[in-house]
Amino acid sequence: MKLIRPYGDTSHDGKIQLSFTLPVHADGQGIEAAKRLATQLGLLNPQVVHAEDIHEGYAFFVVYASVKFDLDLDQIHVEEALTERKSREEIEVILQENFDRELVFVGASTGSDAHTVGIDAIMNMKGFAGHYGLERYRGIRAYNLGSQVKNEDFIRFAKKVNADVLLVSQTVTQKDVHIRNMVELVELLEAEKMRERVILIAGGARITHELAKELGYDAGFGPKSYAEDVALYAINRMIANKSKP
Amino acid sequence: MNQFHLDPSIIETCRQDAFLIADEVLSMVEQHSTVSVERSVLRLIGVDGVNDLLEPLPNMMVDEVYHHGDLSKGISRYLASALFQSGLNLTEFQQAYLKGQVQLITPHLEDLDTCRNVLKPYLQKTFDRIAKNRDTRHRFLEKETPRTTDLYVIVATGNIHEDVIQAKAAAKAGADIIAVIRSTGQSLLDYVPYGITTEGFGGTYATQANFQIMRKALDEVSKEEGRYIKLVNYASGLCMPEIAAMAAIERLDVLLNDSMYGIIFRDINMKRTFIDQHFSRMINAKAGIIINTGEDNYLTTSDAIEEAHTVLASQFINEQFAFAAGLPEELMGLGHAFEIDPSVENSFLYELAQAQMAREIFPNAPLKYMPPTKHVTGNIFRAYQQNTLFNIVTQYTSQSIHLLGMMTEAIHTPFLQDRYLAIQNAKMIQTSMKSISEELVIKEDGLMANRAKKVLEDASLLLKQVKESTLFQALEQGVFAGVKRPQDGGKGLDGVFQKSPDYWNAALDLWEVSR
Ligand code: B12
Repeated sequence: MKLIRPYGDTSHDGKIQLSFTLPVHADGQGIEAAKRLATQLGLLNPQVVHAEDIHEGYAFFVVYASVKFDLDLDQIHVEEALTERKSREEIEVILQENFDRELVFVGASTGSDAHTVGIDAIMNMKGFAGHYGLERYRGIRAYNLGSQVKNEDFIRFAKKVNADVLLVSQTVTQKDVHIRNMVELVELLEAEKMRERVILIAGGARITHELAKELGYDAGFGPKSYAEDVALYAINRMIANKSKP
Repeated sequence: MNQFHLDPSIIETCRQDAFLIADEVLSMVEQHSTVSVERSVLRLIGVDGVNDLLEPLPNMMVDEVYHHGDLSKGISRYLASALFQSGLNLTEFQQAYLKGQVQLITPHLEDLDTCRNVLKPYLQKTFDRIAKNRDTRHRFLEKETPRTTDLYVIVATGNIHEDVIQAKAAAKAGADIIAVIRSTGQSLLDYVPYGITTEGFGGTYATQANFQIMRKALDEVSKEEGRYIKLVNYASGLCMPEIAAMAAIERLDVLLNDSMYGIIFRDINMKRTFIDQHFSRMINAKAGIIINTGEDNYLTTSDAIEEAHTVLASQFINEQFAFAAGLPEELMGLGHAFEIDPSVENSFLYELAQAQMAREIFPNAPLKYMPPTKHVTGNIFRAYQQNTLFNIVTQYTSQSIHLLGMMTEAIHTPFLQDRYLAIQNAKMIQTSMKSISEELVIKEDGLMANRAKKVLEDASLLLKQVKESTLFQALEQGVFAGVKRPQDGGKGLDGVFQKSPDYWNAALDLWEVSR
């Protein structure tokens, strides 16, 4: 058992800060409402350190308080897409040793999403933050279809080039627009009997591995992921699939 | 004001090259029109409404002629002839059209004089309304002392009624300009949605009804605050000129309206975009609407230090396209941005140099300055700090339209409190550094002066290179934002057509007469 609490300036003081807006005035009643909010969240000794009217009938609060419970770190397990990191050179060696053909990666920012910087970071030659993209990998043929690519078109292209790995980037998440779009892709892949034949990977600032798995993807990658991570994951999966009877 | 003493002859050469670059594009524009230009002409005539499938009347009419008539003559002749032959007025005609009782394609087209006479009263009514709008805006503004900098914030809830609450709150907290961000994907719709909308993704649909609601709300706050609150939307995407027409009618004050943004960031065909931007800017000129160009976006896909000169080069090109459409400098909100990676040594000085340079090269333009976005992360405290630096640059360099950075930029479209805190940040800088530009002088021949000089020289070289090929080729090669677009690729090319020798555009015709 490893018990922890938030750390302010003393071990185990449990201090946290909150800020929020309530539809109230920043008067006695409003401040009390902010305090109650914290109390009902289970926080101890809430202190409303700032209260300010920001619009007629709306006030902004900053609150400090303590939590009164411990978390057992040993009880917390997360599944991550990747447990190790390797360099591009190391990955190229693995590719060479295990495959006698180029692996085909097809990526796009799909649906109505117009953000390309994320998928470009993973795929384009020049890469991102010092990490070259998949286009530069020996042993990988990478097709980056850009943004606002319809799921139908994405699949059509993947079929045409016999894709091994599909990379889906989703940046806009408001009103869960990404979820609808991501689920639609899985459904279309299933209808085309393609889902089992490809490794399906999603990525984006608000994408987690957990979410991606839940939506029927093999893996999900969030911020600070690079081409190496995706390549390694996909390759490991393909090697594992190969050895399956 | 002038601190860098940039070489006026280089600036002049840039302008001349940009003129030639734009001119070549405009000779293509001259010979063509698009379905969206024709639809905007219908809107200016007063055509509005939808059928049971929510298909807008302007689309139905243009599509009818596109498929069954000869659109290269322009939609105006068809509408005028059909109206004339039906003996109905425009309202009656539209009702009958929706019921399928009348058509635009009739056995023969009437002669030009007849057509002119039929359409003139309708167009005149719209033009009068646009003139009245200009006047109303002017009367509001002349009562105030002009501000050096307008604070600009966005609302983007997806629900126009919710937007109104947020917009009013922002105006009362000190914002001068409110932009209603459009829903994801609207720019690729080849029609303008109709009516009041309460659901959108990452923004709210731009519709004429939504424009009306927001204008009314902002007029109310303007009166309460004694300060005219400007309203912004986006004349971009496949319906660029139609949005401009609707904005002119509903008294919007500022429109995002770039000559190349759609090509680069939305993969809209370049011919389509160039033709559409020209007509939309003519409408903006007529309506006194400030345009905002989109150079800031280049720095989201390419590096802000290395590619700074592409921003300047593009500003010169946008300036020439704007002049060609009749926009005066006072309506040219050329865009740029604070997008250098803050971990770079002296990044703040480079930002200051770029902003001061833009101010000196375009002294009369209401420059639009965009906040840090790309290098903003989920660390909202760091974002707040970046925004403070950005606010200082505006204060020192007198940027005109200052789009406030949000501490939650990397997370979501702004919350009420995000906007409020952003306005407070900007106000603190405005107050605490009120006279900073009069007190602090930039060192001659120092890092900043040399940076500005270098960016100008690089821009000049780039413009020369673009002039020697063509803008079409430059876009194919990915000169701007590192994005390559083929001339005959992209969306919307099927909506471009060559004008026949007897092409007639009733709106332009009447403008020319009244000019
Ligand atoms: C640049 C930018 C734009 C540019 C995009 C230019 C381009 N060609 O990409 C422009 C100006 C065009 C733009 C437009 C819009 N944007 Co924008 N934009 C941003 C901004 C500033 C940066 C995004 C970015 O490039 N990050 C850098 C990249 C490298 O990071 P990343 O995408 O997270 O990628 C990394 C990982 O996530 C991962 N990854 C990403 N994809 C993939 C895929 C795979 C397979 C894998 C393995 C990994 C992976 O790897 C990458 C490297 O580590 C963000 C704000 C911010 N600071 O985050 C807003 C932001 C993303 N935009 C937003 C919005 C709402 C829009 C618009 C919808 C606004 C509108 N209504 O018009 C439009 C988009 C319209 C549309 N149809 O999509 C919101 C999204 C809110 C939300 N969560 O829903 C944000 C957060 C801003 C905000 N606060 O409102 N935007």
